[in-house]
Amino acid sequence: MPSKNKVTVTAEPGKQEVFITREFDAPRELVFKAHTDPKLYVQWLGPYGYEMILETFEPVNGGRYRYIHKDQGGNEYGFHGTFHEMSMDNMVQTFEFEGYPGHVSLDTMTLEELPGHRTKATIHSVFQSVSDRDGMIQNGMEKGMREGYERLDDILKAM
Amino acid sequence: MRRDVFQAIADPNRRAILSLLARQRMTLNGVAENFRISRPAVSKHIRILKECGLVIVIPQGRERYVEARFDKLNEVTDWVEQYRQIWEERFNRLDDLLEQMKKEKQHAIKK
Repeated sequence: MPSKNKVTVTAEPGKQEVFITREFDAPRELVFKAHTDPKLYVQWLGPYGYEMILETFEPVNGGRYRYIHKDQGGNEYGFHGTFHEMSMDNMVQTFEFEGYPGHVSLDTMTLEELPGHRTKATIHSVFQSVSDRDGMIQNGMEKGMREGYERLDDILKAM
Repeated sequence: MRRDVFQAIADPNRRAILSLLARQRMTLNGVAENFRISRPAVSKHIRILKECGLVIVIPQGRERYVEARFDKLNEVTDWVEQYRQIWEERFNRLDDLLEQMKKEKQHAIKK
């Protein structure tokens, strides 16, 4: 059943940040649990057609994470970062795609209680530069990663 | 230097030029009159916009007209849309999981 809850993505031109908002028909504790229980986390995070391997997952203040998206051709795409704060009010973590090393974003997620046992999630990602952000949006995080590498090559050549 | 739509809109003056041209095509001088920055600076921004494919410059008599080409801007929307769809896919799966969790919780309470 397609959800009536829509994702909104706000990426203003020329800025280093992206906002993602989405409402869920579930209480805050459950949404938080789905983000902090490794057995639950692997079930929804990975893109379709990819195997999701959660290698390291320490969802506590100062903890680390690393996961791999593996496609059917055996190509692996790794992501890692550190949890700065992990509470229901504030989930703060760094995020780095290993195919684009050194380009780290800082992601903050807040879960707001709505009437009727519903929850509004807001993700705020801040990138190191406008082109990092646009590059990440262009890559769509996972989709077209190979093209991402090629584009990166072009950018590096042009620098 | 990059010459794509993101480069074009990265600068506030260039964004202002584009919103000016959204209403009507204008002469180079007409555009420059709307800005405090120097005419050569405005010309430079228009050159970059042209190289990024967001405006075309049409010579007409002694004047040169600048016209916006907004179809290029759709590239930005499309990329954001693609990104949005990835999150939508992901969160739809989370919805299914949350439904399951809610049922399990109710089940546990009944016990």
